[in-house]
Amino acid sequence: MVVTAGDGPAIEVHGLVKRYGKLQALAGLDLVVRRGEVFGFLGPNGAGKTTTLRILATLVRPDGGTARILGHDVVAEADAVRTKIALTGQLASLDEGLTGQENLLLLGRLRGLSRRAARRRAEVLAELFELSDAARRPVRGYSGGMRRRLDIAASLVVTPELLFLDEPTTGLDPHSRAQVWELVREIAAAGTTVLLTTQYLEEADQLAEHVAVIDGGLIVAEGTSAQLKAKVGSGGLHVRVLDRRQRPEAQAVLGAALGTVVHLLPDPHALSVRLSPEVEPTELGALVGRAMTELSRAQVAVATVTLGHASLDEAFLALTGRPGAGSSTDEEDAHQ
Amino acid sequence: MTTASVAASPVQEDWRPDALFAPGAPPRRPGALAASVAFGWRAMLKIKHEPKQLVDVTAVPALLTILFTYLFGGALGGSPRHYLTLLVPGTMVMGVTIVTMYGGARLADDLSTGVFDRFRSLPVWRGAFVVGGLVSDAGRYLLAAGIVATLGVAIGYRPGGGAAGALSAMALVVAFGVSLSWVWTAVALVILDSATVMSLASVVVFPLTFASNVFVPARTMPGWLQAFVDANPVSHLASASRALMNNTGGAGGPVIWSLVATGAITVVFAPLALRLYSKRG
Ligand SMILES: Nc1ncnc2c1ncn2[C@@H]1O[C@H](COP(=O)(O)OP(=O)(O)OP(=O)(O)O)[C@@H](O)[C@H]1O
Ligand SMILES: [Mg+2]
Repeated sequence: MVVTAGDGPAIEVHGLVKRYGKLQALAGLDLVVRRGEVFGFLGPNGAGKTTTLRILATLVRPDGGTARILGHDVVAEADAVRTKIALTGQLASLDEGLTGQENLLLLGRLRGLSRRAARRRAEVLAELFELSDAARRPVRGYSGGMRRRLDIAASLVVTPELLFLDEPTTGLDPHSRAQVWELVREIAAAGTTVLLTTQYLEEADQLAEHVAVIDGGLIVAEGTSAQLKAKVGSGGLHVRVLDRRQRPEAQAVLGAALGTVVHLLPDPHALSVRLSPEVEPTELGALVGRAMTELSRAQVAVATVTLGHASLDEAFLALTGRPGAGSSTDEEDAHQ
Repeated sequence: MTTASVAASPVQEDWRPDALFAPGAPPRRPGALAASVAFGWRAMLKIKHEPKQLVDVTAVPALLTILFTYLFGGALGGSPRHYLTLLVPGTMVMGVTIVTMYGGARLADDLSTGVFDRFRSLPVWRGAFVVGGLVSDAGRYLLAAGIVATLGVAIGYRPGGGAAGALSAMALVVAFGVSLSWVWTAVALVILDSATVMSLASVVVFPLTFASNVFVPARTMPGWLQAFVDANPVSHLASASRALMNNTGGAGGPVIWSLVATGAITVVFAPLALRLYSKRG
């Protein structure tokens, strides 16, 4: 099959399997990412995000299935794949003992730039990523945010056609996170396909046109972020009762009043109801009012009531039908 | 429940998104040599930023030279000039053989860092990383050999073979050191833990260096040990170095044996190490 640039999807994965001993990290994953888009890969700890990225970046061999990057097989044509991709890994993929500038220079040389071109590129990137002052210091002394920026800069020494970012904002403060988001938008705007993993629904929503939710080595939900949000619903009603012994009663009352499933949260006082996306915002007040009236009629003492967006836990409940692997798996958290 | 959304701010005032992207056509992938040189340059930079990396290759040979000269000098008898001709070439062989272990340990540490993933996702010849590292190792061994020779001369050793003899002995020793480097590289790629690599390497290096003719001629030993000492490449290397440095003649045989041992170790372990490296992950 001859694939010319511009043809076909950026990433095409069929039945990808990866085993570590008895543990099945990937259990037959299917994925298609179109060229030029930002694709969000959302999942809890241990879902298989990093494993997938490492296979796609030719660092790990799959035990089964196929993966093609821009038309090239990741196993049979690894070198062709490597010329087109860049990976900013979950752990900083930087040389701690070298300065920021030397890191960029080294990568420039290894990407085939001349000495002069590599030096110029390192300077431009250091300035662009606000690292000029730090460029001559060893990376060992960098803060988390500086490391992240340098790590992304290192992936842009030569423009990749496909950029992998593994949890690019984990551990960053809100300002640095916003910076990275802006960078990702710019990178995508210029035509590079971006596959980024994240544990934050909001991040996927902010950046990605398409989102896949991965759990237990399988894609459990997929769609545009709007479609996924619709599935998750506009948000939830969260109630904390004063006396934890009243929680089962509150669960029954709320369930009857709202006609939906009421989840018990790991906090023994807390319950949560996901509001269906069909509820008109104007009806929301009446609905919550009715629920509160019923609780009060049943003599349930309420501590707090909040109405809010879906958290990752709730998103997982909505998308996978069970809590994310990151949350505590309390038996109480059974679905009613 | 609601995550505060931070308004995305431009990264900086004079933000130039176009500069994010490298101008011009993508460069051609570098050749194996260029990539190896780049990795060798990296190893040199690491020494520049952390000169203490050189402590092992300088301290060990220096210590061995001083220690053995005064420890064994008297027992070996004769004038200092006489026993230095025996000890200095032998110590050089021993010092270099011992410091090869540290390269393996350094590699194991290096392999566990995140930058490794980036190197392996680059479109360059996979062996370049290992070869670049070995070039810097060779530099270290030359330094170690040079320290023994310089200290020896400072104590009173005069190589009868002159600079040419000393340099050819050094070249022989460094080549042997590099062949051992391939062994520790392969070991490090399997073990991935610097402390374990060191202990494993010591188990090989110490018998190899002590059960040799570096300090005492083989004929003073029991038969079984004599057999080992005679077969030990370190013995041949020590004999060759003595003959070359002191210009006492008869260098041919030991030199050939040293080269055969160096070649044999390299032929077995270099492809193994390269295969292990490219298979990693
Ligand atoms: N080298 C390895 N050896 C053994 N098990 C591994 C290895 N790499 C990953 N795993 C296992 O595979 C599963 C998937 O791991 P992976 O790192 O892909 O998850 P992830 O989605 O990236 O999680 P996180 O959000 O914590 O980064 C986990 O159970 C993990 O323990
Ligand atoms: Mg991960």
